Amino acid sequence: MGELKLMKGNEAFGEAAIRLGVDAYFGYPITPQSEVIEYLMAEKPHERTGMVVLQAESEVAAINMVYGAAGAGKKVMTSSSSPGISLKMEGVSYMAGAELPTVLLNVVRGGPGLGTIQPSQADYFQAVKGGGHGDYHLIVLAPASVQEMSDMVKEGFELAFKYRNPVMILSDGVIGQMMEKVELFDHIPRWTDEEIKKNTPWATTGKTTDRERNIITSLDLDSFRQEKHNEKLQAKYNDIRENEVRFEKFNCDDAEYLFIAYGSSARIAQKAMQLCRDKGIKVGLLRPITLFPFPEKEINELAGQVKGILSVEMSAGQMVEDVKLAVCGKTKVEHYGRMGGIIHSPLEVMAALEQKIIGGSSNE
Amino acid sequence: MSKDLLNEIIQPENLVYKKTKLMTNNTLSYCPGCGHGTAHRLIMDVVEELDIWKDTIGVAPVGCSVLAYDFMNIDMQQAAHGRAPAVATGIKRCYPDKVVFTYQGDGDLAAIGTAETIHAINRGENIIIVFINNGIYGMTGGQMAPTTLPGMKSSTSPYGRDTEMMGNPLKMTELISALPGAYMVTRQAVHTPAHVRKAKRALKMAFKNQIEKKGGVSFVEIVSNCNSGWKMTPVHSNQWMVENMFPFYPLGDIKIDGEFVNK
Amino acid sequence: MAKIKGAIVVDIEHCKGCEVCIDACPTQVIEMHEQVNGKGYHYAYMAQPDACTGCTNCAIVCPDGVITVYRKKMAE
Repeated sequence: MGELKLMKGNEAFGEAAIRLGVDAYFGYPITPQSEVIEYLMAEKPHERTGMVVLQAESEVAAINMVYGAAGAGKKVMTSSSSPGISLKMEGVSYMAGAELPTVLLNVVRGGPGLGTIQPSQADYFQAVKGGGHGDYHLIVLAPASVQEMSDMVKEGFELAFKYRNPVMILSDGVIGQMMEKVELFDHIPRWTDEEIKKNTPWATTGKTTDRERNIITSLDLDSFRQEKHNEKLQAKYNDIRENEVRFEKFNCDDAEYLFIAYGSSARIAQKAMQLCRDKGIKVGLLRPITLFPFPEKEINELAGQVKGILSVEMSAGQMVEDVKLAVCGKTKVEHYGRMGGIIHSPLEVMAALEQKIIGGSSNE
Repeated sequence: MSKDLLNEIIQPENLVYKKTKLMTNNTLSYCPGCGHGTAHRLIMDVVEELDIWKDTIGVAPVGCSVLAYDFMNIDMQQAAHGRAPAVATGIKRCYPDKVVFTYQGDGDLAAIGTAETIHAINRGENIIIVFINNGIYGMTGGQMAPTTLPGMKSSTSPYGRDTEMMGNPLKMTELISALPGAYMVTRQAVHTPAHVRKAKRALKMAFKNQIEKKGGVSFVEIVSNCNSGWKMTPVHSNQWMVENMFPFYPLGDIKIDGEFVNK
Repeated sequence: MAKIKGAIVVDIEHCKGCEVCIDACPTQVIEMHEQVNGKGYHYAYMAQPDACTGCTNCAIVCPDGVITVYRKKMAE
């Protein structure tokens, strides 16, 4: 068993980065994720592993530092919260276009605009549907515990390098700020220069005599080549859809109703499910762990079994659109969620199921 | 001159100048007479002469020189508009022993990338910034740049830059020279053989500064022409540059070895 | 006394006819050819080859790097 520690989600994320042998972190403070860079600075990773930690002048600069280091084959990461993530979206789109691996953490807070510093899940569209310009997808992982804030750093980098694609960890202010027991994985050494050359032969590590120059760019002014590049990206996204869907199911075998929720909402929905079961309502829960790729097939199958689905998220209803696409009219789908930094309670979720799905099921 | 005599002269052992192999054979995307080509070649000349091409990583901007990686035969990255100093920071911090330079135009460096430029320099990143200043947005078709001279016409200042309405041109090089992280700051040109030789010496000093890890940014501005944007012939644009750009952007060293140069 | 003789070779298809080399030449060797290359540019050529000293001025100001220079000490 690995080392056990009581940590904040943001701290666990920082510790995991050091232990994973991440080469660099570039960030900018914003609530509720400033603990990431504070933790990293306090831990002196430059002494522990040689990891670079730098506070940039802006989120824009930070993501472009990530672009540079990632383009040179380094394991590099950044983190921010909603307004800062919006600023990073330019660089994220460039990284998706140039196919650069990175892990990017969003500890979501309420918006729009400066919004609030309280937790929210209103950045789903931005994370899953694009956010920046152009036809691209991030691989999006949604942690629901401090343990996953640590584990997903490892998983995220594996996916990022496997597919040469940026990975977003879509967390929220609850998961980032709360303290839980976390089992930390053992230290993994940073890649050597030789390992970087082997693992990222495309990286700009300095031209050698045995290869042509490497170029990191998202630009191709020739539209036919640019279309080919886009087709290649889409084929990659289809591979990801085929192979990387992750989810968790609770009490789905005999379920007559289903909650679908990710991140902290999944924990609340899990409690609501127990309350419902106590009342004799047979409710199951599906928690998407990857939001892109989305567990469409599984949801579609469950839709044939249940009388209705309540999509629970701290937003005006974003993921519910993907749920509806997956369900494809097979059963009733409704959304429930609080906004603006308010966290819904299990009782509210249960009431929403009774009202919107069970009570309102006459129009089936 | 007879053909025989010419043939006698044009022999490999008599070669005194040939474009460096670190420039690819791709036709430069620049307009006839544009100083970008000369500036590219000088950088590659220096990289070849210092024999650092295996360890040099360049960062291209957005602007006319967005395709610099098509012409410079070394590993390169293309950065988002204005972000080249941040991209270079990311590379250099992870590879302190590599040589990293950015190549940026005035729109890229002095407008949208002002923050990235100032902060990279203020942090004293050990990188080179080559700044091509032609007073205009060349690639997008000749719009007003932060460096467009007062009264100068562009497609977005068609009656001349009215400083009351459009603000003043930004002397970025003087501005950043005040920062402690600016180790070398100089302003050069590449329109005559003498200027080309001086500019090359400045670039060589910049690269040596980085190799020797002398703290801070080496910043080389090259005042250049944009004959298409200025709507002149190449030769006329060079004359116009001497008469109009140089009085506002005077050539010469501003800071060497971290110290201001007394003039 | 030995005499220095020079010559330039122009990569005609890459020349853009900008004429910057003409002014750079101290001995007025270069002119633009009346013919054009494949891109439609008049290209630089040695109109007065006898005057070339191989000083390289034209080559180093050429933005497109199309000029290669040779120089030889000729025995009288």
